[in-house]
Amino acid sequence: MIQLYNVSKIYPNGVKALNDVTLHIKKGEFVFLVGPSGAGKSTLTKLICREELPSRGQVLVNGRNVARMKNRDVPHLRRKIGMVFQDFRLIPNKTVYENVAFALEVTGASSKEIKKVVPTVLRMVGLEKKAGMLPAHLSGGEQQRTSVARAIVNNPVLLLADEPTGNLDPETSWELMKLFLDINRRGTTIVMATHAWDIVDSMKKRVVALSNGCIIRDEEGGVYGYEC
Amino acid sequence: MNVNTLKYYFRESTRSVLRNSWLSVASVGTIIISLLILGSSLLLVLNVRHIVSTVESSLEITVFLEDGLDEEALKRMEEEIKFVPGVARVEFVTKEQALEDLKESFGDKADILSGLEKDNPLPNSFRIKTSEAEMVPRAARQLEKLEGVEQVRYGQGVVEKLLSLTHWVRIWGSLTLVVLGAAAVFLIATTIRMSVFARRREIGIMKMLGATNFFVRMPFMLEGMMLGLAGGLVAALIIYFGYLSLLNKVAVTLPFIQLVNDPQTLYRVLGGLLGLGFGIGAVGSAISLHRFLRV
Ligand SMILES: Nc1ncnc2c1ncn2[C@@H]1O[C@H](COP(=O)(O)OP(=O)(O)OP(=O)(O)O)[C@@H](O)[C@H]1O
Ligand SMILES: [Mg+2]
Repeated sequence: MIQLYNVSKIYPNGVKALNDVTLHIKKGEFVFLVGPSGAGKSTLTKLICREELPSRGQVLVNGRNVARMKNRDVPHLRRKIGMVFQDFRLIPNKTVYENVAFALEVTGASSKEIKKVVPTVLRMVGLEKKAGMLPAHLSGGEQQRTSVARAIVNNPVLLLADEPTGNLDPETSWELMKLFLDINRRGTTIVMATHAWDIVDSMKKRVVALSNGCIIRDEEGGVYGYEC
Repeated sequence: MNVNTLKYYFRESTRSVLRNSWLSVASVGTIIISLLILGSSLLLVLNVRHIVSTVESSLEITVFLEDGLDEEALKRMEEEIKFVPGVARVEFVTKEQALEDLKESFGDKADILSGLEKDNPLPNSFRIKTSEAEMVPRAARQLEKLEGVEQVRYGQGVVEKLLSLTHWVRIWGSLTLVVLGAAAVFLIATTIRMSVFARRREIGIMKMLGATNFFVRMPFMLEGMMLGLAGGLVAALIIYFGYLSLLNKVAVTLPFIQLVNDPQTLYRVLGGLLGLGFGIGAVGSAISLHRFLRV
Protein backbone atom coordinates (compact mmCIF):
# COMPACT_ATOMS: atom_id res chain seq x y z
CA MET A 1 0.00 0.00 0.00
CA ILE A 2 2.64 2.53 1.08
CA GLN A 3 6.36 2.26 0.47
CA LEU A 4 8.98 4.83 1.37
CA TYR A 5 12.53 4.26 0.17
CA ASN A 6 15.32 6.35 1.69
CA VAL A 7 13.08 9.35 1.95
CA SER A 8 14.43 12.68 3.15
CA LYS A 9 12.48 15.89 3.39
CA ILE A 10 14.19 19.22 3.68
CA TYR A 11 11.82 22.20 3.82
CA PRO A 12 12.72 25.29 1.81
CA ASN A 13 13.86 27.03 4.99
CA GLY A 14 16.49 24.34 5.45
CA VAL A 15 14.81 22.32 8.21
CA LYS A 16 15.48 18.65 7.78
CA ALA A 17 12.18 17.07 8.83
CA LEU A 18 12.83 13.51 7.64
CA ASN A 19 16.16 11.79 7.19
CA ASP A 20 16.59 8.65 5.10
CA VAL A 21 13.34 6.99 6.10
CA THR A 22 12.44 3.58 4.68
CA LEU A 23 9.03 2.24 5.63
CA HIS A 24 6.55 -0.27 4.23
CA ILE A 25 2.90 -0.40 5.17
CA LYS A 26 0.72 -3.19 3.85
CA LYS A 27 -2.91 -2.97 2.87
CA GLY A 28 -5.24 -3.32 5.86
CA GLU A 29 -2.64 -2.44 8.47
CA PHE A 30 -3.23 -0.15 11.44
CA VAL A 31 -0.08 1.84 12.18
CA PHE A 32 0.63 4.33 14.95
CA LEU A 33 3.23 7.02 14.31
CA VAL A 34 4.71 8.23 17.57
CA GLY A 35 7.55 10.53 18.47
CA PRO A 36 8.24 13.85 20.12
CA SER A 37 6.92 17.09 18.75
CA GLY A 38 8.84 18.06 15.63
CA ALA A 39 9.95 14.48 14.94
CA GLY A 40 8.44 14.53 11.45
CA LYS A 41 5.15 12.67 11.89
CA SER A 42 3.04 15.23 10.11
CA THR A 43 5.67 15.55 7.41
CA LEU A 44 5.47 11.81 6.80
CA THR A 45 1.70 11.92 6.33
CA LYS A 46 2.03 14.95 4.06
CA LEU A 47 4.43 13.06 1.83
CA ILE A 48 1.98 10.19 1.49
CA CYS A 49 -0.89 12.37 0.31
CA ARG A 50 1.48 14.42 -1.83
CA GLU A 51 0.88 17.64 0.02
CA GLU A 52 4.67 17.80 0.09
CA LEU A 53 7.16 16.20 -2.28
CA PRO A 54 10.18 14.26 -0.99
CA SER A 55 13.55 15.98 -1.33
CA ARG A 56 15.24 12.65 -1.81
CA GLY A 57 14.06 9.05 -2.11
CA GLN A 58 10.83 7.55 -3.43
CA VAL A 59 7.31 7.52 -2.02
CA LEU A 60 4.99 4.90 -3.52
CA VAL A 61 1.30 4.79 -2.77
CA ASN A 62 -0.74 1.99 -4.31
CA GLY A 63 2.32 1.15 -6.38
CA ARG A 64 2.54 4.63 -7.87
CA ASN A 65 5.41 7.03 -7.39
CA VAL A 66 3.78 10.19 -6.08
CA ALA A 67 6.64 12.48 -7.12
CA ARG A 68 6.43 11.38 -10.73
CA MET A 69 2.66 11.37 -10.82
CA LYS A 70 1.03 13.61 -13.42
CA ASN A 71 -0.80 16.60 -12.00
CA ARG A 72 -4.14 15.40 -13.24
CA ASP A 73 -3.75 12.04 -11.48
CA VAL A 74 -3.23 13.61 -8.07
CA PRO A 75 -6.95 14.23 -7.39
CA HIS A 76 -7.64 10.55 -7.92
CA LEU A 77 -4.93 9.60 -5.45
CA ARG A 78 -6.37 11.96 -2.86
CA ARG A 79 -9.90 10.70 -3.30
CA LYS A 80 -8.69 7.30 -2.14
CA ILE A 81 -7.10 8.84 0.93
CA GLY A 82 -9.07 10.23 3.86
CA MET A 83 -7.15 12.84 5.80
CA VAL A 84 -7.63 14.13 9.29
CA PHE A 85 -5.45 17.21 9.55
CA GLN A 86 -3.77 18.26 12.75
CA ASP A 87 -5.17 21.75 12.13
CA PHE A 88 -8.60 20.40 11.03
CA ARG A 89 -8.78 22.59 7.91
CA LEU A 90 -12.51 23.06 7.99
CA ILE A 91 -14.06 25.67 5.71
CA PRO A 92 -15.17 28.46 8.05
CA ASN A 93 -18.28 29.58 6.19
CA LYS A 94 -19.68 26.11 5.74
CA THR A 95 -21.65 24.24 8.40
CA VAL A 96 -20.56 20.88 9.80
CA TYR A 97 -22.90 19.16 7.37
CA GLU A 98 -21.65 21.20 4.41
CA ASN A 99 -18.03 20.61 5.31
CA VAL A 100 -18.54 16.87 5.31
CA ALA A 101 -20.71 16.99 2.20
CA PHE A 102 -18.02 19.02 0.48
CA ALA A 103 -15.65 16.05 0.40
CA LEU A 104 -18.26 14.25 -1.67
CA GLU A 105 -19.16 17.30 -3.68
CA VAL A 106 -15.64 17.83 -5.00
CA THR A 107 -15.62 14.29 -6.33
CA GLY A 108 -18.78 15.04 -8.29
CA ALA A 109 -21.16 13.00 -6.16
CA SER A 110 -24.90 13.37 -6.67
CA SER A 111 -27.02 15.19 -4.10
CA LYS A 112 -28.95 11.99 -3.53
CA GLU A 113 -25.81 10.18 -2.48
CA ILE A 114 -24.72 13.09 -0.31
CA LYS A 115 -28.06 13.21 1.48
CA LYS A 116 -27.81 9.53 2.18
CA VAL A 117 -24.21 9.26 3.37
CA VAL A 118 -23.50 12.46 5.30
CA PRO A 119 -26.06 12.03 8.13
CA THR A 120 -24.84 8.46 8.68
CA VAL A 121 -21.25 9.56 9.04
CA LEU A 122 -22.18 12.44 11.33
CA ARG A 123 -23.99 9.95 13.56
CA MET A 124 -20.90 7.75 13.60
CA VAL A 125 -18.81 10.59 15.08
CA GLY A 126 -21.63 11.79 17.34
CA LEU A 127 -22.23 15.11 15.64
CA GLU A 128 -25.76 14.63 14.30
CA LYS A 129 -27.01 17.38 16.59
CA LYS A 130 -24.39 19.89 15.45
CA ALA A 131 -24.90 19.42 11.73
CA GLY A 132 -26.12 22.97 11.16
CA MET A 133 -23.38 24.76 13.09
CA LEU A 134 -20.40 26.65 11.79
CA PRO A 135 -16.90 25.48 12.78
CA ALA A 136 -16.25 28.67 14.75
CA HIS A 137 -19.12 27.80 17.09
CA LEU A 138 -17.80 24.31 17.81
CA SER A 139 -15.47 23.11 20.52
CA GLY A 140 -12.03 21.90 19.48
CA GLY A 141 -13.10 18.29 19.86
CA GLU A 142 -16.21 18.82 17.78
CA GLN A 143 -14.18 20.42 15.02
CA GLN A 144 -11.83 17.48 15.15
CA ARG A 145 -14.67 15.00 14.82
CA THR A 146 -16.03 17.00 11.88
CA SER A 147 -12.63 16.61 10.29
CA VAL A 148 -12.76 12.86 10.96
CA ALA A 149 -16.25 12.60 9.48
CA ARG A 150 -15.05 14.38 6.36
CA ALA A 151 -12.08 12.03 6.08
CA ILE A 152 -14.14 8.85 6.21
CA VAL A 153 -17.20 9.99 4.27
CA ASN A 154 -16.09 8.66 0.92
CA ASN A 155 -14.87 5.29 2.10
CA PRO A 156 -11.15 5.83 1.64
CA VAL A 157 -8.78 2.89 1.19
CA LEU A 158 -6.28 4.74 3.33
CA LEU A 159 -6.99 6.90 6.36
CA LEU A 160 -4.22 9.30 7.37
CA ALA A 161 -5.06 10.73 10.77
CA ASP A 162 -2.77 13.34 12.27
CA GLU A 163 -3.50 13.43 16.02
CA PRO A 164 -7.23 12.82 15.63
CA THR A 165 -7.72 12.55 19.40
CA GLY A 166 -5.61 15.60 20.29
CA ASN A 167 -8.59 17.61 21.51
CA LEU A 168 -10.83 14.84 22.75
CA ASP A 169 -11.63 13.71 26.28
CA PRO A 170 -10.63 10.09 27.04
CA GLU A 171 -14.13 8.76 26.57
CA THR A 172 -14.68 10.39 23.17
CA SER A 173 -11.16 9.31 22.18
CA TRP A 174 -12.11 5.71 22.81
CA GLU A 175 -15.34 6.09 20.88
CA LEU A 176 -13.30 7.37 17.96
CA MET A 177 -10.81 4.52 18.26
CA LYS A 178 -13.65 2.02 18.13
CA LEU A 179 -14.83 3.72 14.97
CA PHE A 180 -11.31 3.52 13.50
CA LEU A 181 -11.05 -0.17 14.40
CA ASP A 182 -14.36 -0.75 12.73
CA ILE A 183 -13.26 1.03 9.57
CA ASN A 184 -9.97 -0.84 9.68
CA ARG A 185 -11.75 -4.16 9.99
CA ARG A 186 -13.67 -3.32 6.81
CA GLY A 187 -10.35 -3.07 4.98
CA THR A 188 -9.20 0.54 5.28
CA THR A 189 -5.52 0.97 5.99
CA ILE A 190 -4.97 3.42 8.84
CA VAL A 191 -1.91 5.51 9.65
CA MET A 192 -2.38 7.56 12.77
CA ALA A 193 0.10 10.03 14.27
CA THR A 194 -0.54 10.45 17.97
CA HIS A 195 0.74 11.41 21.39
CA ALA A 196 -1.96 9.40 23.17
CA TRP A 197 0.24 6.79 24.86
CA ASP A 198 -2.68 5.04 26.61
CA ILE A 199 -4.41 4.38 23.31
CA VAL A 200 -1.24 3.11 21.65
CA ASP A 201 -0.40 0.88 24.59
CA SER A 202 -3.77 -0.80 24.84
CA MET A 203 -4.50 -1.24 21.13
CA LYS A 204 -1.47 -3.44 20.50
CA LYS A 205 -0.98 -2.34 16.92
CA ARG A 206 2.13 -1.68 14.88
CA VAL A 207 4.04 1.30 16.27
CA VAL A 208 6.55 3.32 14.26
CA ALA A 209 8.59 5.68 16.40
CA LEU A 210 10.20 8.74 14.84
CA SER A 211 12.77 11.00 16.38
CA ASN A 212 14.61 13.83 14.66
CA GLY A 213 13.35 12.65 11.31
CA CYS A 214 14.62 9.06 11.70
CA ILE A 215 12.73 5.85 12.41
CA ILE A 216 14.16 4.62 15.68
CA ARG A 217 11.78 1.75 16.32
CA ASP A 218 9.18 -0.20 14.34
CA GLU A 219 7.40 -3.05 16.07
CA GLU A 220 4.23 -5.04 15.72
CA GLY A 221 1.99 -4.87 18.83
CA GLY A 222 4.25 -2.20 20.22
CA VAL A 223 3.81 0.33 22.96
CA TYR A 224 4.25 4.08 23.15
CA GLY A 225 7.77 5.42 23.57
CA TYR A 226 10.62 6.80 21.57
CA GLU A 227 13.64 6.25 23.72
CA CYS A 228 16.01 3.60 22.43
CA MET B 1 -20.83 16.02 -14.61
CA ASN B 2 -24.06 15.86 -12.66
CA VAL B 3 -26.70 18.36 -11.64
CA ASN B 4 -25.28 18.76 -8.17
CA THR B 5 -21.87 19.75 -9.52
CA LEU B 6 -23.45 22.27 -11.89
CA LYS B 7 -25.46 23.68 -9.01
CA TYR B 8 -22.25 23.96 -7.03
CA TYR B 9 -20.51 25.88 -9.85
CA PHE B 10 -23.34 28.35 -10.18
CA ARG B 11 -23.82 28.80 -6.45
CA GLU B 12 -20.14 29.48 -5.87
CA SER B 13 -19.77 31.87 -8.80
CA THR B 14 -22.84 33.88 -7.82
CA ARG B 15 -21.53 34.10 -4.28
CA SER B 16 -18.23 35.41 -5.56
CA VAL B 17 -19.90 38.01 -7.74
CA LEU B 18 -21.84 39.27 -4.74
CA ARG B 19 -18.84 39.21 -2.45
CA ASN B 20 -16.83 41.35 -4.90
CA SER B 21 -19.83 43.53 -5.62
CA TRP B 22 -17.89 46.76 -6.25
CA LEU B 23 -15.32 45.25 -8.51
CA SER B 24 -18.04 43.29 -10.26
CA VAL B 25 -19.97 46.49 -10.95
CA ALA B 26 -16.83 48.22 -12.19
CA SER B 27 -15.91 45.45 -14.57
CA VAL B 28 -19.43 45.04 -15.89
CA GLY B 29 -19.59 48.83 -16.33
CA THR B 30 -16.39 48.89 -18.36
CA ILE B 31 -17.65 46.08 -20.53
CA ILE B 32 -20.92 47.92 -21.08
CA ILE B 33 -19.16 51.13 -22.10
CA SER B 34 -16.78 49.45 -24.50
CA LEU B 35 -19.56 47.43 -26.06
CA LEU B 36 -21.75 50.53 -26.37
CA ILE B 37 -18.96 52.25 -28.26
CA LEU B 38 -18.50 49.23 -30.46
CA GLY B 39 -22.22 48.84 -31.05
CA SER B 40 -22.89 52.47 -31.91
CA SER B 41 -19.90 52.86 -34.21
CA LEU B 42 -20.84 49.63 -35.92
CA LEU B 43 -24.39 50.86 -36.47
CA LEU B 44 -23.12 54.22 -37.67
CA VAL B 45 -20.84 52.62 -40.25
CA LEU B 46 -23.56 50.25 -41.38
CA ASN B 47 -26.00 53.11 -41.74
CA VAL B 48 -23.67 55.37 -43.66
CA ARG B 49 -23.02 52.57 -46.10
CA HIS B 50 -26.69 51.88 -46.34
CA ILE B 51 -27.57 55.53 -46.97
CA VAL B 52 -24.80 56.03 -49.46
CA SER B 53 -25.90 53.02 -51.43
CA THR B 54 -29.59 53.84 -51.33
CA VAL B 55 -29.35 57.52 -52.21
CA GLU B 56 -29.54 57.16 -55.94
CA SER B 57 -27.61 60.33 -56.85
CA SER B 58 -24.64 59.31 -54.74
CA LEU B 59 -23.87 56.66 -57.30
CA GLU B 60 -23.91 59.15 -60.14
CA ILE B 61 -21.10 61.01 -61.84
CA THR B 62 -21.66 63.67 -64.46
CA VAL B 63 -18.90 64.26 -66.97
CA PHE B 64 -19.24 67.61 -68.77
CA LEU B 65 -17.70 67.68 -72.22
CA GLU B 66 -15.89 70.31 -74.20
CA ASP B 67 -17.85 71.81 -77.03
CA GLY B 68 -17.25 70.77 -80.61
CA LEU B 69 -16.56 67.09 -80.25
CA ASP B 70 -17.68 65.09 -83.26
CA GLU B 71 -19.80 61.97 -83.32
CA GLU B 72 -16.79 59.69 -83.59
CA ALA B 73 -14.97 61.23 -80.64
CA LEU B 74 -18.10 60.83 -78.51
CA LYS B 75 -18.39 57.16 -79.45
CA ARG B 76 -14.75 56.61 -78.55
CA MET B 77 -15.17 58.35 -75.21
CA GLU B 78 -18.19 56.30 -74.32
CA GLU B 79 -16.16 53.15 -74.95
CA GLU B 80 -13.30 54.44 -72.84
CA ILE B 81 -15.62 55.38 -69.99
CA LYS B 82 -17.11 51.92 -69.94
CA PHE B 83 -13.63 50.58 -69.21
CA VAL B 84 -13.11 52.72 -66.11
CA PRO B 85 -13.34 50.44 -63.05
CA GLY B 86 -16.60 50.76 -61.13
CA VAL B 87 -18.60 52.20 -64.01
CA ALA B 88 -21.86 50.35 -64.44
CA ARG B 89 -23.86 52.41 -66.89
CA VAL B 90 -23.17 55.32 -69.28
CA GLU B 91 -25.76 57.62 -70.75
CA PHE B 92 -25.13 60.44 -73.17
CA VAL B 93 -27.04 63.67 -72.46
CA THR B 94 -27.14 66.36 -75.14
CA LYS B 95 -27.03 69.99 -74.16
CA GLU B 96 -30.68 70.32 -75.31
CA GLN B 97 -31.72 67.49 -73.06
CA ALA B 98 -29.77 69.05 -70.19
CA LEU B 99 -31.64 72.29 -70.59
CA GLU B 100 -34.96 70.46 -70.62
CA ASP B 101 -34.01 68.67 -67.39
CA LEU B 102 -33.01 71.95 -65.82
CA LYS B 103 -36.31 73.56 -66.83
CA GLU B 104 -38.19 70.67 -65.38
CA SER B 105 -36.38 71.04 -62.07
CA PHE B 106 -37.36 74.73 -61.95
CA GLY B 107 -41.01 73.82 -62.40
CA ASP B 108 -43.26 76.86 -62.76
CA LYS B 109 -40.33 79.24 -62.52
CA ALA B 110 -38.94 77.80 -65.75
CA ASP B 111 -39.53 81.16 -67.48
CA ILE B 112 -36.21 82.47 -66.21
CA LEU B 113 -34.55 80.04 -68.53
CA SER B 114 -36.47 81.00 -71.64
CA GLY B 115 -34.32 82.48 -74.35
CA LEU B 116 -31.41 80.25 -73.53
CA GLU B 117 -32.35 77.85 -76.30
CA LYS B 118 -30.71 80.03 -78.95
CA ASP B 119 -27.34 80.10 -77.29
CA ASN B 120 -27.45 77.13 -74.92
CA PRO B 121 -24.67 77.56 -72.33
CA LEU B 122 -24.96 74.02 -71.05
CA PRO B 123 -22.43 71.49 -72.27
CA ASN B 124 -23.01 67.98 -73.57
CA SER B 125 -22.41 65.40 -70.87
CA PHE B 126 -22.22 61.76 -69.92
CA ARG B 127 -24.27 60.61 -66.96
CA ILE B 128 -22.52 57.68 -65.36
CA LYS B 129 -23.77 55.22 -62.76
CA THR B 130 -21.26 53.35 -60.63
CA SER B 131 -21.83 49.96 -59.12
CA GLU B 132 -20.85 51.02 -55.58
CA ALA B 133 -20.69 54.33 -53.78
CA GLU B 134 -17.13 53.68 -52.65
CA MET B 135 -16.04 53.57 -56.30
CA VAL B 136 -17.26 57.08 -57.08
CA PRO B 137 -14.25 59.19 -56.06
CA ARG B 138 -11.68 56.97 -57.75
CA ALA B 139 -13.69 56.60 -60.95
CA ALA B 140 -14.20 60.36 -61.04
CA ARG B 141 -10.46 60.99 -60.84
CA GLN B 142 -9.87 58.65 -63.78
CA LEU B 143 -12.63 60.24 -65.82
CA GLU B 144 -11.06 63.67 -65.36
CA LYS B 145 -8.00 62.46 -67.24
CA LEU B 146 -9.90 61.58 -70.39
CA GLU B 147 -9.46 63.78 -73.44
CA GLY B 148 -12.33 66.09 -74.21
CA VAL B 149 -13.55 66.27 -70.62
CA GLU B 150 -14.20 69.72 -69.27
CA GLN B 151 -15.35 68.96 -65.75
CA VAL B 152 -16.38 66.00 -63.62
CA ARG B 153 -19.03 66.43 -60.93
CA TYR B 154 -20.40 64.01 -58.41
CA GLY B 155 -22.38 64.07 -55.13
CA GLN B 156 -21.08 67.58 -54.29
CA GLY B 157 -18.59 65.97 -51.90
CA VAL B 158 -21.33 64.35 -49.80
CA VAL B 159 -20.19 60.89 -50.71
CA GLU B 160 -16.61 61.68 -49.83
CA LYS B 161 -17.60 63.31 -46.58
CA LEU B 162 -19.76 60.40 -45.54
CA LEU B 163 -17.11 57.91 -46.49
CA SER B 164 -14.36 59.77 -44.68
CA LEU B 165 -16.66 59.97 -41.65
CA THR B 166 -17.00 56.21 -41.60
CA HIS B 167 -13.26 55.98 -42.09
CA TRP B 168 -12.61 58.03 -38.93
CA VAL B 169 -15.35 56.31 -37.02
CA ARG B 170 -13.71 53.03 -37.84
CA ILE B 171 -10.26 54.16 -36.75
CA TRP B 172 -11.31 55.89 -33.53
CA GLY B 173 -13.94 53.32 -32.78
CA SER B 174 -11.47 50.46 -32.98
CA LEU B 175 -8.86 52.41 -31.05
CA THR B 176 -11.14 53.19 -28.10
CA LEU B 177 -12.52 49.71 -28.36
CA VAL B 178 -9.07 48.18 -28.01
CA VAL B 179 -8.18 50.40 -25.05
CA LEU B 180 -11.49 49.92 -23.26
CA GLY B 181 -11.60 46.24 -24.15
CA ALA B 182 -8.17 45.79 -22.59
CA ALA B 183 -9.33 47.70 -19.52
CA ALA B 184 -12.39 45.46 -19.29
CA VAL B 185 -10.29 42.31 -19.56
CA PHE B 186 -7.95 43.68 -16.92
CA LEU B 187 -10.78 44.51 -14.54
CA ILE B 188 -12.32 41.08 -14.96
CA ALA B 189 -8.94 39.53 -14.30
CA THR B 190 -8.58 41.63 -11.14
CA THR B 191 -12.03 40.66 -9.95
CA ILE B 192 -11.29 36.99 -10.43
CA ARG B 193 -7.95 37.43 -8.74
CA MET B 194 -9.68 38.88 -5.69
CA SER B 195 -12.09 35.96 -5.66
CA VAL B 196 -9.25 33.48 -5.82
CA PHE B 197 -7.44 35.35 -3.06
CA ALA B 198 -10.51 35.42 -0.83
CA ARG B 199 -10.85 31.69 -1.19
CA ARG B 200 -7.24 30.52 -1.26
CA ARG B 201 -7.58 28.53 1.95
CA GLU B 202 -10.67 26.84 0.69
CA ILE B 203 -8.92 26.07 -2.59
CA GLY B 204 -6.11 24.39 -0.68
CA ILE B 205 -8.61 22.26 1.21
CA MET B 206 -10.45 21.38 -1.97
CA LYS B 207 -7.21 20.20 -3.54
CA MET B 208 -6.49 18.01 -0.54
CA LEU B 209 -9.97 16.53 -0.76
CA GLY B 210 -9.24 15.44 -4.31
CA ALA B 211 -10.88 18.18 -6.34
CA THR B 212 -9.69 18.32 -9.94
CA ASN B 213 -8.22 21.52 -11.36
CA PHE B 214 -11.27 21.79 -13.52
CA PHE B 215 -13.54 21.64 -10.49
CA VAL B 216 -11.50 24.27 -8.65
CA ARG B 217 -11.35 26.60 -11.61
CA MET B 218 -14.83 26.28 -12.98
CA PRO B 219 -16.62 28.62 -10.51
CA PHE B 220 -14.04 31.35 -11.17
CA MET B 221 -14.27 30.86 -14.90
CA LEU B 222 -18.03 31.02 -14.63
CA GLU B 223 -17.82 34.15 -12.52
CA GLY B 224 -15.92 35.96 -15.28
CA MET B 225 -18.26 34.65 -17.95
CA MET B 226 -21.30 35.76 -15.96
CA LEU B 227 -19.87 39.27 -15.55
CA GLY B 228 -19.04 39.43 -19.24
CA LEU B 229 -22.43 38.16 -20.28
CA ALA B 230 -24.15 40.64 -17.95
CA GLY B 231 -22.17 43.48 -19.54
CA GLY B 232 -22.97 42.22 -23.03
CA LEU B 233 -26.65 41.87 -22.21
CA VAL B 234 -26.99 45.38 -20.78
CA ALA B 235 -25.07 46.89 -23.70
CA ALA B 236 -27.18 44.97 -26.23
CA LEU B 237 -30.41 46.10 -24.56
CA ILE B 238 -29.34 49.75 -24.46
CA ILE B 239 -28.27 49.62 -28.11
CA TYR B 240 -31.47 47.85 -29.09
CA PHE B 241 -33.91 50.23 -27.43
CA GLY B 242 -31.79 53.27 -28.21
CA TYR B 243 -31.70 52.35 -31.85
CA LEU B 244 -35.42 51.63 -31.97
CA SER B 245 -36.22 55.09 -30.63
CA LEU B 246 -33.73 56.60 -33.08
CA LEU B 247 -35.48 54.81 -35.94
CA ASN B 248 -38.81 56.21 -34.77
CA LYS B 249 -37.49 59.75 -34.46
CA VAL B 250 -35.82 59.65 -37.87
CA ALA B 251 -38.95 58.22 -39.47
CA VAL B 252 -40.90 61.21 -38.18
CA THR B 253 -38.48 64.08 -38.64
CA LEU B 254 -36.28 62.97 -41.54
CA PRO B 255 -38.56 60.62 -43.47
CA PHE B 256 -36.37 60.70 -46.60
CA ILE B 257 -33.47 59.04 -44.76
CA GLN B 258 -33.60 55.27 -44.82
CA LEU B 259 -31.77 53.74 -41.84
CA VAL B 260 -30.78 50.11 -41.57
CA ASN B 261 -33.72 48.36 -39.97
CA ASP B 262 -33.79 44.81 -41.14
CA PRO B 263 -34.06 42.62 -38.04
CA GLN B 264 -31.40 40.18 -39.19
CA THR B 265 -28.62 42.78 -39.28
CA LEU B 266 -29.76 44.18 -35.93
CA TYR B 267 -29.85 40.80 -34.25
CA ARG B 268 -26.45 40.01 -35.65
CA VAL B 269 -25.05 43.20 -34.09
CA LEU B 270 -26.75 42.47 -30.75
CA GLY B 271 -25.62 38.85 -30.79
CA GLY B 272 -22.10 40.03 -31.54
CA LEU B 273 -22.14 42.33 -28.51
CA LEU B 274 -23.42 39.56 -26.28
CA GLY B 275 -20.80 37.14 -27.57
CA LEU B 276 -18.03 39.68 -27.21
CA GLY B 277 -19.02 40.45 -23.61
CA PHE B 278 -18.94 36.76 -22.87
CA GLY B 279 -15.57 36.50 -24.59
CA ILE B 280 -14.08 39.37 -22.57
CA GLY B 281 -15.25 37.71 -19.35
CA ALA B 282 -13.86 34.34 -20.35
CA VAL B 283 -10.49 35.75 -21.45
CA GLY B 284 -10.20 37.90 -18.31
CA SER B 285 -10.79 35.03 -15.94
CA ALA B 286 -8.63 32.65 -17.96
CA ILE B 287 -5.73 35.11 -17.72
CA SER B 288 -6.24 35.48 -14.00
CA LEU B 289 -6.51 31.77 -13.34
CA HIS B 290 -3.45 31.14 -15.46
CA ARG B 291 -1.44 33.62 -13.42
CA PHE B 292 -2.81 33.22 -9.92
CA LEU B 293 -4.21 29.75 -9.67
CA ARG B 294 -1.50 27.41 -10.76
CA VAL B 295 -3.09 24.43 -9.15
N1 LIG C 1 6.06 23.90 6.04
C1 LIG C 1 7.17 23.81 6.79
N2 LIG C 1 8.21 24.63 6.51
C2 LIG C 1 9.33 24.55 7.22
N3 LIG C 1 9.53 23.71 8.21
C3 LIG C 1 8.56 22.87 8.54
C4 LIG C 1 7.32 22.88 7.85
N4 LIG C 1 6.52 21.94 8.39
C5 LIG C 1 7.23 21.37 9.37
N5 LIG C 1 8.46 21.90 9.47
C6 LIG C 1 9.50 21.52 10.40
O1 LIG C 1 9.74 20.15 10.20
C7 LIG C 1 9.93 19.50 11.42
C8 LIG C 1 8.97 18.35 11.55
O2 LIG C 1 7.65 18.87 11.61
P1 LIG C 1 6.36 17.95 11.72
O3 LIG C 1 5.18 18.82 11.63
O4 LIG C 1 6.48 16.84 10.75
O5 LIG C 1 6.49 17.39 13.20
P2 LIG C 1 5.47 16.48 14.03
O6 LIG C 1 6.19 15.23 14.33
O7 LIG C 1 4.21 16.36 13.32
O8 LIG C 1 5.28 17.31 15.36
P3 LIG C 1 3.95 17.47 16.26
O9 LIG C 1 3.92 16.25 17.11
O10 LIG C 1 4.23 18.68 17.09
O11 LIG C 1 2.83 17.62 15.35
C9 LIG C 1 9.73 20.53 12.51
O12 LIG C 1 11.02 20.94 12.95
C10 LIG C 1 9.06 21.69 11.82
O13 LIG C 1 9.51 22.92 12.32
MG1 LIG D 1 2.34 17.04 13.57
